[in-house]
Amino acid sequence: MPFACIYVPNFPVAAALRAEPELQARPAAIYEGKPPLEKIIAVNGKAARLNIAPGMTKAQAELCSELALRPRSPLQESAAHAALLDCAQSFSPCVGDAAFDTAVLDLAGMESLFGSQTEISRAIFKRAGTLGLAANVALASNPDTAALAARGFTGVTVIPAGKEADQLGSLPLEVLFANRIEKDHLDGDQKETGDRLLETLDRWGIRNLHALAILPEIALSERLGQEGLRLQQLARGATSRTLVPVEAPQIFEEAVELEHPIVLLEPLAFLLNRLFEQLCARLGSRALATQELRLTMELENFSSRNQQSKINNQQFLRTLRLPQPMLDAKVFLKLLQLDLNAHPPGAPILKIHLAAEPARPRSAQGGLFLPPSPEPEKLELTLARIATMVGVNNVGAVELLDSHRPEGFRMRCFVAEVPRKSSPEKTLDPAEEKSAVTALRRFRPPLRVQVTLENAQPISLACAKKKEIQGEVLWKAGPWRSSGDWWEREAWSRDEWDLALRNGEAISFYRLVHDLLGGNWFVEGTYD
Amino acid sequence: MSSAVVSNSAALGRPFLFDSKAVPEVSLPTESAEGTSHPRPAQRVRPNLSAQLASTDPRLAPITLASRLEIRPAPEMVSSGVSAIDALTGGLPRGCLTEICGPASSGRTTLLLAALAAATRRGEFCVVVDASDALDPHSAAAAGVELDRLLWVRCGESSPQRESSPQRHPSTSLRACPEPAEGASSNTEKKNPIQAQSEKRLEQVLRATDLLLESGGFGLIVLDLANLPPQAARRIPLTTWFRFRRAVENKPTILLAIEQHPIAGSCSSLILQLAWASHRMQAAGLAAERRKNAAHRASRGAAVKSEQAPERRKKICLGIDSPIAVPAHAQLLTGLEISAELIRSRLDRKPAHSITFATKTAWVG
Repeated sequence: MPFACIYVPNFPVAAALRAEPELQARPAAIYEGKPPLEKIIAVNGKAARLNIAPGMTKAQAELCSELALRPRSPLQESAAHAALLDCAQSFSPCVGDAAFDTAVLDLAGMESLFGSQTEISRAIFKRAGTLGLAANVALASNPDTAALAARGFTGVTVIPAGKEADQLGSLPLEVLFANRIEKDHLDGDQKETGDRLLETLDRWGIRNLHALAILPEIALSERLGQEGLRLQQLARGATSRTLVPVEAPQIFEEAVELEHPIVLLEPLAFLLNRLFEQLCARLGSRALATQELRLTMELENFSSRNQQSKINNQQFLRTLRLPQPMLDAKVFLKLLQLDLNAHPPGAPILKIHLAAEPARPRSAQGGLFLPPSPEPEKLELTLARIATMVGVNNVGAVELLDSHRPEGFRMRCFVAEVPRKSSPEKTLDPAEEKSAVTALRRFRPPLRVQVTLENAQPISLACAKKKEIQGEVLWKAGPWRSSGDWWEREAWSRDEWDLALRNGEAISFYRLVHDLLGGNWFVEGTYD
Repeated sequence: MSSAVVSNSAALGRPFLFDSKAVPEVSLPTESAEGTSHPRPAQRVRPNLSAQLASTDPRLAPITLASRLEIRPAPEMVSSGVSAIDALTGGLPRGCLTEICGPASSGRTTLLLAALAAATRRGEFCVVVDASDALDPHSAAAAGVELDRLLWVRCGESSPQRESSPQRHPSTSLRACPEPAEGASSNTEKKNPIQAQSEKRLEQVLRATDLLLESGGFGLIVLDLANLPPQAARRIPLTTWFRFRRAVENKPTILLAIEQHPIAGSCSSLILQLAWASHRMQAAGLAAERRKNAAHRASRGAAVKSEQAPERRKKICLGIDSPIAVPAHAQLLTGLEISAELIRSRLDRKPAHSITFATKTAWVG
């Protein structure tokens, strides 16, 4: 039963590099602590070559001018850890969360899906790289051996069954005590035991796992107890334990903290692009898409209250709801850019937090003989662009309301995916196609007119705004009385007339409305 | 004697050379009486013509001979939703611009909704880019338009009231959105003249249409310019229409513009001129008046009839005193007859015929 382990060395640095990929070319170090007692906690290889080591003070590290110093960011580390679990979950449903920087997965039965063990290991390594993590991947017959190999060997390692002791033998003894350094939750006694054991073994001249593995068991247990025997079993690669799987939470969040506040939207777009790409890669690895994006930004100086944006205590929040699940970083970025252009934050940005609500990707079955429909991503961008021109509420599909109120409709989001009706396609009779339904063209807002009445019926009208709407009434039909919503403040009551006016040689038809509550006359539209 | 004309093409940035010696006369294949086409042997294009051109001037090598240009295929025609219009035009052409023109109450919107209903029945998605925010969704639903498949772009000045209208009361009642007072309207006109408003609407319409054409996937895109003053509509540059025609070409999209007068020039493949033809009320009024006059004649004699003839004609025309002077709504709106004249068609070289179709109401009353 093969197990794989994904280990991210120098996890705080890796999390920072994931947020700032350009740091890969430079020596980088992560520090934490309260000023002026900040200490270096992790460095990358380039910084290590410059003799920068964990434990140094920030002031000491700053003497190296090339070094990029970044504060430890719990948000970025959480995102990197979630990405690590996403990577593991994309290969196996049985994933163990061994440490913040380590994930172990059970690959039993996965050969038929992903190929041989070597191919699986390489695929995991590649997927981790796509998610922005430079990880070591090891595959072995038990979880502990895989974890030791991932910690000890860089790149991809595959240990065949029965060869564990041989392969692990060359690893230094510190690999066994790696958790001692990195696990913060270990209490003081456990740390002290680990230090004491390492010191004892070092005093005996035991430098690698091979030396530990060949020690006589009884003598070792007499001197080091059960802990010594456990370490020897680990060094031999002969442990056996059940992997405790965890259900990785479907939380897709990415964050970046900025040293210098961003003032312009253009540099913000670069950062957002990176965050979107990471989010999309994570969602893609879990075969998910998103239908809602939430952008939260921490602002530097907050002075004016923007009514359209929900700003509370220097927080700027924008929510982007999509009509259909999508997974395209470029589309997300463009949509957010358009939204931010319409609703700018209004203050320099210090921190960016982006969250995506996961959703099942849309499933669409195309057909050769189906009429074309707009591509959802393209359509969404087009609608967003049009909305910036005409207003958000002025573009979309129409939904009629169950009301007799004039203009009883509302605008809603247009979705280019209408479920097919179960009833067969309606075909019109030839006789029905011979004529068309008379359509009304509305004047918005309705035009106020002066009406001359005779026997309570309009005989002539005149509109100050439209000169063509005036004259004697040729024919009229009405009144059609209607009212509604009398139980609410927006009550309405009206008489409706359809009438014909001579317009030069032709005749024009209008809808005349008498507002019974206000007493005014309006021309609501023309029949065209 | 050879004559050469060199013209610079701004679009391609390279000169075109027409040389009577270098380029022999080439004609298209002729069509025989049986309808089959075959090239004339004497005027067949020489195979090494391109090589000759290239040897004459190396710059001419990439030039495609006019005789070898791809012949544009006939567009696919789809139903407009009105059988009489289909009989007249063969339907609406895909990948082309169609203009429907006419004055107010000439049936433009009626035909537009019929086309939208037909398109949505076919399962296509449609767009109405509404320059004057005049579409009535209830009329559209009554005409058979599937509103789920219709995207409505309401151009014009984005009213703050409409922007901020809550979902609870989405509609605008007459009292909720009254016309500004006389004084206020004059002030507004001074600040924002009608011309500027039309220009803004027009700009929105054109930009939205550009975006929608680029997006693709729609079966019918409608530019509703019917309420736009002709002066404003004529300000649309011809290059815009060329761009639209080019954008819609080779796509399964019908670009339909409704307006008062044709404005797209040669860019439109089909132009339909609609006009008010007659109304049933006229005929009914006439018949009623005839009955009344016959009774009048019987009682008063023929001499009186000749004296009152001009006034009667006037009454017949207006029809106010006829027995159905106050008809039902459906009666008034059903009898409208629309005449459609084919002004231009890409398929028909000499369009001169016209048809008439009637309208009806979706309700009875």
